[in-house]
Amino acid sequence: MDEINAMGQPDHRGHFGGFGGRFVPEALMPACVELEEAFRDAWSDEEFVALYHRTLREFAGRPTPVTPLPRLSQRLGLRIFAKREDLAHTGSHKINNVIGQTLLTQRMGKTRVIAETGAGQHGVATATAAARLGLGCTVFMGEVDTKRQELNVFRMELLGATVVPVTSGSKTLKDAVNEAMREWVTCVADTHYCLGSVMGPHPFPWMVREFQRVIGAEAAWQLKELGVDVPDAVVACVGGGSNAAGVFAGFAETAAQLYGVEAAGGAAVTSGSPGVLHGMRSLILQDEFGQVEEAHSISAGLDYPGIGPEHAHLADTGRATYVAVGDDEVIGAMRLLSESEGIIPALETAHAVAWMVREAGGRLPTGSTVLLNLSGRGDKDVAQVRAMLMEES
Amino acid sequence: MKTLETTLRSLRESGRKALVPYVVAGATPDWTHHVEAAVLGGADAVEIGIPFSDPMMDGVVIQEAGLRALERGTTFESICQELESLETEIPLVAMTYYNIFLHYGLRRTAGRLHDVGVSGAIVPDLSLEESDEWRAASGDSDIATIFLVAPSTSRTRMRTVAGLSQGFLYASARMAVTGAASDQGEGERVVSELRRVSDIPTYVGIGVSTPAQAHTTAVFSDGVIVGSALVKIILQGASPTDVESFVRSFRTALD
Ligand SMILES: Cc1ncc(COP(=O)(O)O)c(C=O)c1O
Repeated sequence: MDEINAMGQPDHRGHFGGFGGRFVPEALMPACVELEEAFRDAWSDEEFVALYHRTLREFAGRPTPVTPLPRLSQRLGLRIFAKREDLAHTGSHKINNVIGQTLLTQRMGKTRVIAETGAGQHGVATATAAARLGLGCTVFMGEVDTKRQELNVFRMELLGATVVPVTSGSKTLKDAVNEAMREWVTCVADTHYCLGSVMGPHPFPWMVREFQRVIGAEAAWQLKELGVDVPDAVVACVGGGSNAAGVFAGFAETAAQLYGVEAAGGAAVTSGSPGVLHGMRSLILQDEFGQVEEAHSISAGLDYPGIGPEHAHLADTGRATYVAVGDDEVIGAMRLLSESEGIIPALETAHAVAWMVREAGGRLPTGSTVLLNLSGRGDKDVAQVRAMLMEES
Repeated sequence: MKTLETTLRSLRESGRKALVPYVVAGATPDWTHHVEAAVLGGADAVEIGIPFSDPMMDGVVIQEAGLRALERGTTFESICQELESLETEIPLVAMTYYNIFLHYGLRRTAGRLHDVGVSGAIVPDLSLEESDEWRAASGDSDIATIFLVAPSTSRTRMRTVAGLSQGFLYASARMAVTGAASDQGEGERVVSELRRVSDIPTYVGIGVSTPAQAHTTAVFSDGVIVGSALVKIILQGASPTDVESFVRSFRTALD
C-alpha cells in the first residue's frame, strides 16, 4: 500500500482506492507524466515551497484568519469557527491553487496557462496569478456562463486574459473542461493547463489538494490558539471538491467528522455512480446509458456533474460524509450568515451554512465545535440573489 | 492472433493500402446505409463512432454529429441492434469513450460487440495504464483493442503501446483533436519511429481530409483513417450515393 494515511499520496498510477487514475488521450499522457514529475520535484524542494508560501503571504493575504462566529453559534446551539478563505485575494480559496500551479508553470519553463471556469472564480484567479507572473492566459468558459457572469468576463479581460466562449455541448462548465483539454492537446509544449479543482487526470487531484492543504494546516494551528484542540466537525461545500479537500487534509488524521456539502442538483456522491469523465474515474451524474448529465444549481461553482476522485474514495471508506442541500435552503443561509455575523458568503459556501442550520442539534449535536470552511465571499452573487428575491416578491 | 489483425495483415501482404472511413452511428436515420455505401466505395474497414456526451478528443464536426445522434435517442444498445441487420464482409471497429463501455459492463460490451460483427475498438481516453480490465474482457470476445500513438509519444513509450495494440496501430498525425487540416502534420516521423519498434499495420489519422493527403500519407504508412471530412458531408445531407463516391475518390488516390 502506498497509502499510509487517510489523505496521503495516491498510488503510483494516481489511484485513491478504486478512483482517480489517468484517462486521457495518448497525446496528453506525456504532459501528465511531465507534470507529475515536475510537481513531485518542486514539492520536495524547500526553495519552491518557500516561494509558494511567500507568494501566498505577500500577494494573496495569507494566512487568512479563523473567526469565531458567536451570534450564529448562539442561534444554532453550536460553537462555530470560520476559516476565512473569503478574505484571500480574489475572494476565495481558488487563489491558493493557481499560485501553486502558475509558479510550477514557470518552473517547467512554460509561458502560458489555460483554464476552464464556470462562474468565473477560477478564471479570475488564474488570470490574476498569470498577470502577476507575466504568463499568457486563455480561459474557456461556457457561452451560457459568459452571459450569466458578464462581470467576471470583464475582470479576466482587465487582467489581460483572453476569454473564449465555449459553444459545444451544454455550453457550461463541463464543456469548458472538454474544450480546455482539446486546446491543451495542441499546445502542451509551452502551455500548462491550470485545472481549477481536485479533479481531472493524475496528478491534478493530488496536486491541487496539496496546493489547498494550506487551508487545513493553518486552521489546525489557528484553532489551537483559540483553545480548540480538535473540532468535532469540519464542514465544507463541494463542487469539484478543492476547498473541502484542502480543509479536510488538515484534519483527516484527527477524530473530527468531515462533512462535504454538495448542491442537490450536482450531487455526484449522493446521486451519481462510478464512471470516467475528464480524465478521472470517479462518481459522476449520468443517465442509464452512461451519458453525462448536466448539473443544475443556483451556484455556478457547484454546477459540476462529477467530484474529485479522492472524495469518492473518502466517501467509500466512510472517512468523510457527503450530503446535499437544495437551492431553496441556500438564500436563507446566505442571509443568516450576513445578518448574524457581518459576512456575506458566496452561494457555494452558503450550502455548507444551510446544512449546518439543518443539522444543528441533529448530526451536529448541540454544543459541538464546528469548523466551517468559508470558501468565498458573496459579492459576485449579490446581483443574482437580488434579482431572484425581486422576482419572488 | 486476433481476427482483425489477421485480416489487416493479409490486406497489407496483398499490397493494398487500407482505407478506413469513420461514420457516427445514429447521426442520421440512414447511417447504416452510409456504412454500406462506404464499403461499396472501397473501404477496407469502417470505424463506427458511438456517441458520448463529452467527446474530449473530437473537434467540432464529430462533436456535432455525436450531439445529433444523442438527440435522436441513440444508445449503445440501439446501435448494436442496427448493426445486427447490417450485412458486410469487411471489419467494423467501434470508436467511443470509456464511460460508455464501463457503464454497459466491460464483458457485456465485448460480447455484444462481437455478436453484432464488430472486431475491434478504439477508446481514445483509455490510456494504456488503465486498460488491463478492458483488455482482459475484450480479449475473451476476440475484440482487438487499438491504441493511439501521438507525436508527443516518446520512443520508449511507442514500443510499449505498439506491443499492446491489436489489429492495427492508430498513428495520430498531429497534436490536435479530430478535424480537418491543410498540412501533412507529423505523421511521417511518427510512422517511421514506429516502424523501428513494431511491424503491426499502422494507419494514420487526425486531419486526413482530402484524397491528395491520403495519397501522400499512404506512401509512408499502411493506410489512412478518414473521419471528420466524411462526417462533414454526412451532416450536410450526403446521400449513400454521395458517400460512396466520396469514399471512392480516396480509394482511387490510394490505389
Ligand atoms: C467560493 C467557492 N466555493 C466553492 C467552490 C467550489 O469549488 P471546489 O469544490 O473545488 O472548492 C467555488 C467554485 O467556483 C467557489 O467559487
